Amino acid sequence: MSPGDLYPRPAEGTWTEHYPELGTSEVSFQDSISPEFYRREQDAIFRQAWLNVGRVDDLPKRGSFFTKDIVAARTSVIVTRDGDGVVHAFHNVCRHRGNKLVWDESPTQETSGFARQFVCKYHGWRYGLDGACTYVHQEDEFFDVEKATLGLAEVACEVWAGFIFVCLGKEPRQTLREFLGPMVGALEGYPFEAMTERYSFRAENNSNWKVFIDAFQEYYHVPPLHTYQLGPNNRDPNLTFEGAHYQLDGPHRVVSTTGVQKHKWPPETMYPSEVLLRSGNMGPWDAHELAAEISGVNPGGVDRWGIDNFQIFPNLEILIYERNWYLSYRFWPTSHNTHVFEADLWFTPAKTARERLAREYAAITVKEYALQDCGTLDGTQLGLESEAFDSYPLNDQEILVRHFHKSVGDWVDAHRRALGDETLGFDPMAPPPVTG
Amino acid sequence: MAHFGKPAEGSWTEHFGLSTEPISYGDSISPEFYALEQEAIFKKTWLNVGRVEQLPKAGSFFTKELDAAKTSLLIVKNRDGVIKAFHNMCRHRGNKLAWQDFPNEEIAGFSRQFTCKYHGWRYDLDGKLVFVQQEKEFFDLDKEKLGLAPISVDVWEGFIFVTFNPDPQPLKDYMGKLGAGLEGYPFELMTQKHTYRSEIGSNWKLFIDAFMEFYHAPVLHSQQATDEESRKLQEYGYEALHYDIDGPHAMVSSWGGMSPPKDLGMVKPIERALRSGLFGPWEGPEIGELPEGVNPAKSKTWGIDSFLFFPNFMLLIWKPNWYLTYHYWPTSYNTHIFETSLYFAPPKNALERLQQELAVVTFKEYGLQDANTLEATQTMLQSGAVTEFPLCDQEVMLRHMHTVARDYVEKHKSDSGAVLAGTKGA
Amino acid sequence: MAAFPAQFAALEPYADWALPSEADRYAKRLASSMDELQSFYDAALPLLESQADYLKGVSLDGISEADLNLLRCLQALVTVSFPVEAWHQPYVPDSGAASIDVTVEPRP
Repeated sequence: MSPGDLYPRPAEGTWTEHYPELGTSEVSFQDSISPEFYRREQDAIFRQAWLNVGRVDDLPKRGSFFTKDIVAARTSVIVTRDGDGVVHAFHNVCRHRGNKLVWDESPTQETSGFARQFVCKYHGWRYGLDGACTYVHQEDEFFDVEKATLGLAEVACEVWAGFIFVCLGKEPRQTLREFLGPMVGALEGYPFEAMTERYSFRAENNSNWKVFIDAFQEYYHVPPLHTYQLGPNNRDPNLTFEGAHYQLDGPHRVVSTTGVQKHKWPPETMYPSEVLLRSGNMGPWDAHELAAEISGVNPGGVDRWGIDNFQIFPNLEILIYERNWYLSYRFWPTSHNTHVFEADLWFTPAKTARERLAREYAAITVKEYALQDCGTLDGTQLGLESEAFDSYPLNDQEILVRHFHKSVGDWVDAHRRALGDETLGFDPMAPPPVTG
Repeated sequence: MAHFGKPAEGSWTEHFGLSTEPISYGDSISPEFYALEQEAIFKKTWLNVGRVEQLPKAGSFFTKELDAAKTSLLIVKNRDGVIKAFHNMCRHRGNKLAWQDFPNEEIAGFSRQFTCKYHGWRYDLDGKLVFVQQEKEFFDLDKEKLGLAPISVDVWEGFIFVTFNPDPQPLKDYMGKLGAGLEGYPFELMTQKHTYRSEIGSNWKLFIDAFMEFYHAPVLHSQQATDEESRKLQEYGYEALHYDIDGPHAMVSSWGGMSPPKDLGMVKPIERALRSGLFGPWEGPEIGELPEGVNPAKSKTWGIDSFLFFPNFMLLIWKPNWYLTYHYWPTSYNTHIFETSLYFAPPKNALERLQQELAVVTFKEYGLQDANTLEATQTMLQSGAVTEFPLCDQEVMLRHMHTVARDYVEKHKSDSGAVLAGTKGA
Repeated sequence: MAAFPAQFAALEPYADWALPSEADRYAKRLASSMDELQSFYDAALPLLESQADYLKGVSLDGISEADLNLLRCLQALVTVSFPVEAWHQPYVPDSGAASIDVTVEPRP
């Protein structure tokens, strides 16, 4: 710990040096501007890791389904809850001639709803919610086909704490719990299921998915970029930021912040709306009591804890707020320099119009500041692509940025080694051997 | 239980000696395979690029962009009325010769000669280089040797074909038994033409597949029929009257388009009002006896014959005496241009004109349903999630076409290998 | 000045459907509400049925302006019939972003 530090640092003196495998040198951001690297990420990460595609709230009853187009993994999946309540995931492709199975008006858009079965629009083949093929039109025109062998191609699917994950690897190398590890796993008891009032946003950003994630992995940028988060009497772009606690576990990481307990601040430090609505960027001031005993949150045990920001590899972020609400972000690459950003904010349901307005205000606030990030990061992407420089310094408050890019690089390297050569290796475009 | 007869072997597929195993669609999702197709297929076979009516007089010409053969063509009728085809490229420094505002767009018209926009070189209607700007500046220039690069061109039943094959079989032989069976059809009478063009986000062969089987029609196009008819069709399913295969080509003959329909309640009001529909005007023009190859099953319920002349020329003959052509021109391994031309005998009055309009618009409405689905099919095939696909007997033409495409590619690979082997150490 | 021959007076409110190219007619259909399409269809289809003989007598050579307008308007009816009779919406279902464009069409 140095003089002037607000919070204690590890014995080594810095968070970064507490994890020696990270090093402290400048980093390259080549991984965020290279189309070739993106292709490798698609196979090494998006077709290997567990990916969060939704929550059990997206499948409210038996027969519920939704589709998720995962461009980064070159596929689309259907997620269902069958008649026994079991959650399944499948590749969204008919077993007849490869038509996309479930879509509404346009096959390039996701859809959701309720169904007893899925019917392919092309030749009328039918599948149950458990993926079984139940009907082949003009079946006797076929040769030795058995419907029992024509079920939808299954995708490994597990639910953790109400979050639905899929793994597109042929054989997932780890179960979901093994993948999440103990630090993230400890959140299992958090009462996510009590927070059912939902606000969702979607954006298409002109930046690499990792460049945008980086904006959420450090608060170092908050005083200068989000200066206006503080009321006019408090605003000071020279304010500094120190994370209270940083922790890494495998490819996942967390930062905890403290002190931003706005419900305790003097009114003159905030905007009139914040005071009138009793809400703001930290959420509604009047938090509902939570029934459960909460574990996993504030792993560093810091005082006056405000937010935990869990970054779950590769592209999921869960932020848990002291005021008893949470949000999740997902970042879906669509190319080496574009991605889709999805944000879901979850609250315990409002019981009055006033509570509803407080939640609205919190949601809009998140959006307003996220827009500042979106715009700025488009600029970052352009800057990086100029390749005027090839290395960039990161400070101790940016340890999570450093760790994230290292984790991505490690996964890509491991995949290449596993394939035994230095080239891409797995080529889904290779023509199969000629058959009859 | 089949309604129409099947061959002795029990299925059309087995009758033609084809395997009944599921197929892979690897040939439709691979850039490498497409590169081989360009050499093995599009530079070896006869390709239909137009019809003689597009070249009404000496000096008439049109250009054709052929990404699949990596070139652009100039097709022209010379002063003697002979049709010629050339690479659309100036012999000086390779500039594209005939184009208007956008070099990638096809053009057509009439010209006495072709002048390169770059340095003004001129070629006559026989491709001969007739003028070189500042000829004296060149070194031993022999204009005789600098004519437009010709490619073989021939005409079958008014359809203009070209080939890049240096040693092709005669076009009539290439068209084989199925072509011979169509000779004498009065294509030249049907000069009222509508053409549509579409850019499709799928491999060229996948869209051909959609048109070679009608198994999908009662399902995908169910809203096109009245509810009652649609229900009945889905119950019965679809079976063709007849299939035939000859070399790389194939055809399907189908029932349909009863005119007038037995039950007028089964057709849409506009079809009743105009006495027309998908299958065309209920009463078509008199054209005399149809050639042998049309309606091969000689069925009273015959409605349509669809011929695929490999690689990418489809010809559909409709009962009310009109026809259409489909062409599928690949532009990459997963995109292609789809062109449709519908040909009718010229309408004699406004009512006939409207009857034809309904047939044409109906084709387009159906086509849009197919076109959109294909892009998603391409994406899902490329995911590699599923790699084997069962085809039923009504999909025999698909099975055949993909087999032919692969055979051509395999042959090309082994021939090139033989050439390489032959030159080793030479 | 009436757009159409006298016996087609009921079509006058729909004279703006008398468009010369398929692309224009199709674009107008996509840009219309189902109510607008239904209204046009309801006015035009009965006339098509009752005036078939008249149309048979209209030669395309030297066609008059009024008859040309009429022909174009009825061509528009052909494209509008699909949303009304088959699709129950202006766009072809499942067609998404696909387009199939006319490059050659007869005139008239």
